[in-house]
Amino acid sequence: MKKEEYSKQIAARYPDHILGIEAIRPRRVTIDISPDIIRDIAGYLYSELKFRFIIASALHTRAGIEIHYHFSHDPSGFIYNIHTILDPNQAEIDSLSSLFSGADWIEREMHEILGIVFRGHPKLEKLISEGNWAEGVYPYRKEY
Amino acid sequence: MEQTKIIPIGPYHPLQEEPELFKLYCEGEIVKDIKWETGYNHRGIEKLSEQKSFDQVFFLVERICGICSTSHPFAFANAMEEIGGIEVPDRAKYIRTIIAELERIHSHLLWVGLAGHFLGYNTVFMWAWKYREPVLDLFEAITGNRNSYAMFKIGGVRRDIPNAMMGNIRAAMDVLKKNADLLTGAVMDDPVIHARTKGVGVLSQQDILDYAAVGPTARASGIAMDIRADDPYAAYPLVNWKVITAQAGDVFAKAEVRLLEMYESISIIEQCLSKMEHEAEGSTAVKVWEIPEGMGTGRAEAPRGEVFHFVLTDGSNSPVRHKIRAPSYVNIATFRKSCIGQTIADATISLAAVDPCYCCTERLAVAYDLTGKRRLYTGSELLLLSQQKTLALR
Repeated sequence: MKKEEYSKQIAARYPDHILGIEAIRPRRVTIDISPDIIRDIAGYLYSELKFRFIIASALHTRAGIEIHYHFSHDPSGFIYNIHTILDPNQAEIDSLSSLFSGADWIEREMHEILGIVFRGHPKLEKLISEGNWAEGVYPYRKEY
Repeated sequence: MEQTKIIPIGPYHPLQEEPELFKLYCEGEIVKDIKWETGYNHRGIEKLSEQKSFDQVFFLVERICGICSTSHPFAFANAMEEIGGIEVPDRAKYIRTIIAELERIHSHLLWVGLAGHFLGYNTVFMWAWKYREPVLDLFEAITGNRNSYAMFKIGGVRRDIPNAMMGNIRAAMDVLKKNADLLTGAVMDDPVIHARTKGVGVLSQQDILDYAAVGPTARASGIAMDIRADDPYAAYPLVNWKVITAQAGDVFAKAEVRLLEMYESISIIEQCLSKMEHEAEGSTAVKVWEIPEGMGTGRAEAPRGEVFHFVLTDGSNSPVRHKIRAPSYVNIATFRKSCIGQTIADATISLAAVDPCYCCTERLAVAYDLTGKRRLYTGSELLLLSQQKTLALR
């Protein structure tokens, strides 16, 4: 299947939840989604389209807590960034770690640095700073 | 019912070159469960990066890993050049590729040596590290440093490799080829190494996909993923080479992939040298005046697998967010699949088989309180914390 068709296919599958698709550069696509479909779309990319989960990047901006989930389609060299924004006062999203174990540690790390709660994560404990940093303080949160 | 005993490896242990704590839960000789604790190497690099200019970030990310120090600047350069739409001169592409491949050779030799050491086969350790030395000497001649080469910048490289130096590099490659033959023969034909590594620490293709593992760890399980081929960058699409894979997924297959990859690296370097001769000396970078607002995802194939850098910029001269994923971050996690059910002696080589780099895995932040004004731990408080922990251990 051609790479461009993946974007169309994804757009057609989630017509009400995709907020935008942009081919930002050759081999780089960004898809904005509403947070409630993350588990579904990640499962679709991983299981059916055979994408590989690279990592997720989270940051706090004026828009809220943003998460970029990076998926790679290795046969074509494409990176699909699945982007979603959470409310900082209720930063919760479904965990992907039951779909693929590769999401386990990064979700714990995002929980640790930004206080995002990953619903359904089997062990949402601190990954890196266990026992060394104060509870309830998230170093990547900002004051706006 | 047999009693479970906990065998700690680390945080400071002669088996590991870096601090890390693995707790093996054993019944008799068999490992039944593993827990690990990390954070001993945490330096706050992602957060630091937001306070540095783009030029300074290169020197920072070069210090993420002490072994594959060029793969992080490489991925960062790819990300920044993606944001700026910058095309690098061909000579710079060749130089970048030569540096990255020399690094792959010395890193793989380092791993083969360590693997021999873990197996109690110190001859392999001595040989591999002896043959690694000339590669580091070559780095010193080219860049001025044996490690942390400071060669990369946005738009190209900082130093040229003069044509007059190419003869030395070619001669070194000829010697290296002979030494690689010797070492490969010693490892691949040795019945003791076969007995210790075949069928040990096996990772199936499904395990690799599940843990999103990358690099030689994935290729040894028959998954032909290599960023150099999949998402081509620098001079890799301009030269001929092939992705090395093996099928068994055990420690031996991982050794095989790394040893054979050294030959591909030597071939890539020789081809780059031949092609570079036709490019004008000194044309090693384009001038870059500014980086626009944007998002870049750069990646590079490090000796351990895919290095991934995600950079957000806002038109200023520092990243807004700089997320780094080193290959060990996903590769180390496979230990649950490779070690549980093994004997203790096999678990150690299985842990080492992914070539774990703990420095790469930890890059979090210095914590500030919510007002952003006060650091939660000052230097003296951290010292005190460390002293208290030491006292508690006594």
